[in-house]
Amino acid sequence: MKKYLITSLKLTTIMLVLLSVIYPLFIAGVALFALGKGKGETLSKDGKVVGYENIGQSFTEDRYFWGRPSAAGYNAAGSSGSNKGPTNPEYLKTVSDRIDTFLLHNPGIERSRIPADLVTASGSGLDPDISPDGARVQVKRVAVTRHLNESKVASLVESHIEKPLLGFLGPEKINVLKLNIALDQLQ
Amino acid sequence: MNTEILGVLVTLLLCFLLAYPLGKYIANVFLGKPTFTDFMLPLERFIYRVSGIDPKKGMDWKQFLKAMLTINMLWFVYAFLLLCFQGSLPLNPDGNANQSPDLAFNTAISFLVNCNLQHYSGESGLSYFTQLFVITFLQFVTAATGIACLVALFNGFKEKTTNNLGNFWVYLVQSTTRILLPLSIVVAVILAFNGTPASFDGKDSILTLQGDSVQVSRGPAAGMIAIKQLGTNGGGWFGVNSAHPLENPNYLTNIVEIISIVVIPIALVFSLGFYLQRRKLARVIFAVMTVMFIAFCTINIYYEMKGNPAIDKMGIAQNGSMEGKEVRLGAAATALWSVATTSTSNGSVNGMHDSLTPMSGAVIILDMMINALYGGVGVGLLNYFIFLMIAVFISGLMVGRTPEFLGHKVEAREVKITALVTLLSAFLIKGGTALAAYFYAHHPEMAWAVQPGNWLNNPSYHGFTEMLYEFTSANANNGSGFEGLADNNIFWNVSTGIVLILARYLPIIGPIAIVGLLAKKKYVPDSAGTLEVDSYTFGLMTIAVIIIINALSYFPALALGPIAEFFNQ
Repeated sequence: MKKYLITSLKLTTIMLVLLSVIYPLFIAGVALFALGKGKGETLSKDGKVVGYENIGQSFTEDRYFWGRPSAAGYNAAGSSGSNKGPTNPEYLKTVSDRIDTFLLHNPGIERSRIPADLVTASGSGLDPDISPDGARVQVKRVAVTRHLNESKVASLVESHIEKPLLGFLGPEKINVLKLNIALDQLQ
Repeated sequence: MNTEILGVLVTLLLCFLLAYPLGKYIANVFLGKPTFTDFMLPLERFIYRVSGIDPKKGMDWKQFLKAMLTINMLWFVYAFLLLCFQGSLPLNPDGNANQSPDLAFNTAISFLVNCNLQHYSGESGLSYFTQLFVITFLQFVTAATGIACLVALFNGFKEKTTNNLGNFWVYLVQSTTRILLPLSIVVAVILAFNGTPASFDGKDSILTLQGDSVQVSRGPAAGMIAIKQLGTNGGGWFGVNSAHPLENPNYLTNIVEIISIVVIPIALVFSLGFYLQRRKLARVIFAVMTVMFIAFCTINIYYEMKGNPAIDKMGIAQNGSMEGKEVRLGAAATALWSVATTSTSNGSVNGMHDSLTPMSGAVIILDMMINALYGGVGVGLLNYFIFLMIAVFISGLMVGRTPEFLGHKVEAREVKITALVTLLSAFLIKGGTALAAYFYAHHPEMAWAVQPGNWLNNPSYHGFTEMLYEFTSANANNGSGFEGLADNNIFWNVSTGIVLILARYLPIIGPIAIVGLLAKKKYVPDSAGTLEVDSYTFGLMTIAVIIIINALSYFPALALGPIAEFFNQ
């Protein structure tokens, strides 16, 4: 027993050096060559950092495209999903209220055009993306609020659709922050 | 065709295509044949010399288990102490606090047993120091422990009669240096180049476009996330695991992470064939596991893409059941992940399982109850071995001969151990859930950090499922959760902690003991009456055994939870 314990102690020590010191330092070193140097990739507007490309942020004003509902309130230091079950009555009421709120801010839009991602909370609470349809249904509101030509905003949306991986793997999406930065720069 | 469906099909295909050569490579490593990673030899010799290990010395099954259990106990004490005092240790740029003793107990055990149930949230519950020196470290060595034990099982059947199951220390080291570490480096680099943080900088403060000030958690995450997936660990850097856009930035990383979850468990099935030179046996085992795995994937992808019927009634356009899911990944890839992670005792998630539609929820719980469709690294095959023993025993009874497995008579002692291991799971899952339900119903105001009355995040059947899921996940050493459950309090920390220990070590000790006992027996050459365990007929028999045992054990519990919810939605 004692023999096993001494071996265990020595082996653990040397494995700690390998796995908890050398390995993460090596990866951190390699990551220096990546965009963002392993600190996360940021986006800027007029030379000022306004957020991380991969971290969604809260947009509540009518002049911006909205992202998805977030159980974390877009707190990037405390990610969280809603963990609501699909048959929970209180949850279904919340979704129904979100649809009503959306319709109130987007008059003239038909209910059947609202995609589910706009009224359901994301897994992380920090989802940076919405579906292309999720942006299309907001075009009218944004254009009216900003006194812009609707077709101009619509084409901005189309140009921001990110295609599936290699063109055929996975869903299409739009990064909300990128779209809104471009929108601000339109004027 | 729909790009989401194409995405999951290509992902699955890549998993199988990569697993085969990896399986061959792993067999060669443990057979001591030359491989392209032999440049690691000097490092390994150095480790043996410093630790005082004689790599040529074999162990019998008792010595093997003693070595394994001793080093595991040491890791537990080490992890527990560090977690209790992390607030005062270095590398804590965000100033996170010590874990409470019951939380540290649960966390230390959870990572020690390769489960990674997390009753804390990564951003605030750990420091960079404990993320690296406790979590990452254990994610490597516990996965290596599983592989080492599986190699012991291989050795028991390699020779006709033997006492020698190999050297535990050597397998532990080689699993790390030849399999886990090289693969982790590849995956971590891919993640880092796709936007996952890897630097040691602490939280960043930014002003958003709309003018809110927000803090962004970061840290040296890429390396940890790689081994989290490859070692079927599953405990994430961030609270929401791989749903977090820094932990799983895009569809490519999602494919890489799904492959990382299943590739070693699948590969080890092929390794068995190469190592024992019984490739047909490996093919049959692979076929049994894959048939059930694909069936589960199909069900979940169908229901998650179809969406929530209650939301359909609201008249909007459902692009899948999107509650708890991420747009860049989509419903299909999240459904595939949910099955991959529960088949393999990984437990990482890329969407919230609590919000899955009822039938998908039922499937992944059942998947964890079986816990042998590929299974955790190493231990998955050990679990499957138990089902094999039962199938051999029942087949023996049916034809009226003493059951044999690979030339060794399976007798009373082995069958008793098998039965005990099988009954243990049913006892721990249902006993635990019953206890929790009792406190919830009869003592809702117990003075715990969270009162039992406030444990559940959802009412009715779904609330019951949250408790059932937690114990099933603990028993399977899976680590995923219906995370709505308020589990950071003394009841859940201690009860799941105990389940974790029993459900990790007994299902390892059982099979190793059986192999040790079988391997010592006289070898019986094949004859006309020998049961052909490498035939597809026997494969079907195994499927029947898996279905019958799990249906008998768990159907009533599933009926009270997800199945009832399904029929009432």
